[in-house]
Amino acid sequence: MVELYWLQGAVPETAAPTAEMPPWGETKVVGTRQPRVDAYERVSGSAVYPRDFTLPDMLHAALLLCPHPHARVKAIDTSAAEKMPGVRAVLTGRSPGADVPWYGRGDKAASRLFDDHLRHEGDEVAAVAAETPDQAFDALRAIRVTYEELPFVLTPEAALAKGAPSLHAWGNRYGEPSVYERGDLAAGFAAADAVVEGTYSTACELHAPMEVHGSVAKWDGSRLTVWDTTQGVFAVQQAVAEALKLPLAHVRVIGPYMGGGFGSKLEGGKYTVMAALLARATARPVKLFLTREQEFLVTGNRPANTMKVRVGAKKDGTLTAIDYHSMGSGGAYPSGAGTAFLATDLYTCPNVRAVDENVAINAGRARPMRAPGFPQGAWALEQALDELAGKLGLDPVALRLKNVPTVSQRRGNQPYTSTGLAECLRQGAKAFGWDEARARAKGTGPVRKGVGMAAALWGYGGGPPSTAIVKLFTDGSVNLNMGAADIGTGTKTVMAMVVAEELAVPLDRIQIEHADTGTTEYASPSGGSKTVPSDSPAVRAAAVEVRSKLLALAAEEMKVPVADLALDGGSVVSRKDPAKKLAVTAVPGLQRQQVLVGVGTRGPNAEGKVVSEFAAHFAEVEVNERTGEVTVTRLVAAQESGRVMNRLTFENQVRGGLVMGLGLGRTEERVLDRQTGKMVNANWHDYKIPTALDVPAAQEVLSVDPKDTLCNTTGAKGVGEPATIPTAAAIANAVANAVGVRVKDSPITPPRLCALLHARGKVG
Amino acid sequence: MRKTITLEVNGASETAEVEVGTTLLRLLRDGLDLTGTKEGCNEGECGSCMVLLDGRPVNACLVLAVEADGARVTTVEGLSRDGLLHPLQRAFLAHAAVQCGFCTPGMIVSAVALLRDDPDPSEDAVRRALSGNLCRCTGYRQIVDAVRAAAAALRAGEGAPEPPRRAETRPTALPVREEVPA
Repeated sequence: MVELYWLQGAVPETAAPTAEMPPWGETKVVGTRQPRVDAYERVSGSAVYPRDFTLPDMLHAALLLCPHPHARVKAIDTSAAEKMPGVRAVLTGRSPGADVPWYGRGDKAASRLFDDHLRHEGDEVAAVAAETPDQAFDALRAIRVTYEELPFVLTPEAALAKGAPSLHAWGNRYGEPSVYERGDLAAGFAAADAVVEGTYSTACELHAPMEVHGSVAKWDGSRLTVWDTTQGVFAVQQAVAEALKLPLAHVRVIGPYMGGGFGSKLEGGKYTVMAALLARATARPVKLFLTREQEFLVTGNRPANTMKVRVGAKKDGTLTAIDYHSMGSGGAYPSGAGTAFLATDLYTCPNVRAVDENVAINAGRARPMRAPGFPQGAWALEQALDELAGKLGLDPVALRLKNVPTVSQRRGNQPYTSTGLAECLRQGAKAFGWDEARARAKGTGPVRKGVGMAAALWGYGGGPPSTAIVKLFTDGSVNLNMGAADIGTGTKTVMAMVVAEELAVPLDRIQIEHADTGTTEYASPSGGSKTVPSDSPAVRAAAVEVRSKLLALAAEEMKVPVADLALDGGSVVSRKDPAKKLAVTAVPGLQRQQVLVGVGTRGPNAEGKVVSEFAAHFAEVEVNERTGEVTVTRLVAAQESGRVMNRLTFENQVRGGLVMGLGLGRTEERVLDRQTGKMVNANWHDYKIPTALDVPAAQEVLSVDPKDTLCNTTGAKGVGEPATIPTAAAIANAVANAVGVRVKDSPITPPRLCALLHARGKVG
Repeated sequence: MRKTITLEVNGASETAEVEVGTTLLRLLRDGLDLTGTKEGCNEGECGSCMVLLDGRPVNACLVLAVEADGARVTTVEGLSRDGLLHPLQRAFLAHAAVQCGFCTPGMIVSAVALLRDDPDPSEDAVRRALSGNLCRCTGYRQIVDAVRAAAAALRAGEGAPEPPRRAETRPTALPVREEVPA
């Protein structure tokens, strides 16, 4: 299974689903193009994000981070800082209540909230709360810390070398290498007509959301309220309650708006607990947000990976063996760094061995970043397949079509609820004009054209637990109450569309409360591309329950059997005799009760079946052989994500995914200085995310809908992550197609490409 | 050192007593509660805090409040009136040029400046004008489409709402609590 990184070790269970619901046939609202229900707030500037949040009498806090890649705190003197103007509290590991286990639970924790053993640049040392932000930052400079600098390691190879400094008591390995095997690898390669082999690497990427991580904390007696920029208010609630030994019911976490996360905001942060401790010490509300530089250092990353791939196939393209080895680093503290999933499950192949190694280094801790492990795996596997196609003289699309699986070999050979991989390949190729583009001349001048493609699957399609509540008021307007955060994907809009579909209420008559542990229902963090497939069935069930109650009350009044009634516009209508009609607002039972409440829960996934999403991306590039510059001129994405709930936000997700994939392939790279162990590009000037000038104007987004009625009761799977998995590999393949040189290390920078072209004598 | 400045913000005259090191961004957000202007990096890299200073788009985090003394400042809040959105805001909404929304106010302010200078910008001109505004969610395609659609709407005579005007001057002090060093 894919690591359920949003559940932190829990086994998901569900209450019994509350309503039996047949799959939707024709839909009136679901599947249309709907602007976001909260777009007004976001375009007008009226949406208040946690970064914007202020409370009366609020203090401002700032963090002191370790400037060294590996050090031990010998002494820390906060006396001068405490006397600085406006300073109200200084927090260190010696402060009351601040000795809290962190990165793991209890005895198994790998560190503390403040650890004297500092394992990367950016590890937390102290925090200050003052009347103004400037006073807090001034006070940080007055804290005297005596560090003992320690030798450091920046790569897994260095961390595993003999005599390397140990980050943790158990050494530098996060567990033994994970080994997956099926079939007979040696026999598979012996049976192959062609074998390709290569070593690929991806650079470390940073999430870099627009809103930095942070919290506002306020105590009312023993009860704590936190306004947090998060993908999952319930995950933050659990982390804070555990750290401060508070009942869950005494910790309320609120996060209705947030400025992007991409996986870096799935869990409670140290900053949240520190804000709460400072607020308790001062008996004042405290706001603690990281600076942009700190954001780059401590809030997570997609780890760098080195992947060795060997693939064998018959002349006709039938894969016979895949040998895959991935080395990565979770960073200074335990976190996932595996990339092997695609190598084991994207294509039918009887003989597979895949190894993932994960090693500690003195750099920031990894966090799940948009399809964790998958874009790296695609970078390696999909380039290897491209090489293989070349060697066999096969079209890259044809090679993949030859090996499309119908079952998940990694997951017990269980069938997929649906698989649109073949259709993604076919329809994507058609829309792109693949055959024509392949046949087109590459050009004779310094600028060469090329095309490439790559495929993907994403390993998770949502599941329990999820609960939602829908309320129908006497005037026919509706309230939806759900715990899920809308991290910019359009969750609120999709859920409102589900309610509108079932209750025939216009979207502008639906109000949504969400992402508040005190007042909304449980939802797991919005991540894993699973928010819609996990939560939309619960929302649908809640709406269906309200409809059942309303129709039962209307049936009493209309003297018509419930089974004959339907909702149309604002009225209850008899299917048999449309003349029999009763306005919803005129249903006496509704007026008597004042509100009809429906509670919906999410049922389990179908037994013996696997839910996955599929994709194929196609790229066209222009490569300047003199300068090594690569321009991506066209992208086509074909996605199979089950039912498209909102065509507009679906396209948003895919286009955003394409561009994040473009960043992996072309520009994004954390640079650690070998001499000092410090990150040299911890800012947006030097860490290059794509800008408006870097993205191709020509983009096409296709949806392949296999009408999956088995995955869940809305038929929707996820899209946010599968939309970014194969993009970088498709671009790399297009570059190889253009100039005959394969860049195996991301990002494809001009110096890297020039060096390869030069080695081949191709620089003009 | 502190200085008293007077500036026009979204049509209203404001006086503020500020530390000379205070940025325009802090004055707008913390002093005037105009949090529509977002703080993304506070170092002039992301464009989230774009405002118009005497009509020119600037990163408010790179301008000192005292530099804005006597100037006219327009923030995203000054583009709409009484709930009626500017054509650019309407286009961002309709084209789903908004995801998490954190970059959106800055994007819109940059686009307002562009369309005032160039009512019919090419695709390339829009991309250039917005290249100082980072977005991590959308991939920019819908944003470029929205700006060009708004340009067409404005050319077709769809007006922008009149900015609000307020005659009286409102005093503000920043920082709120100041102490003499011990």
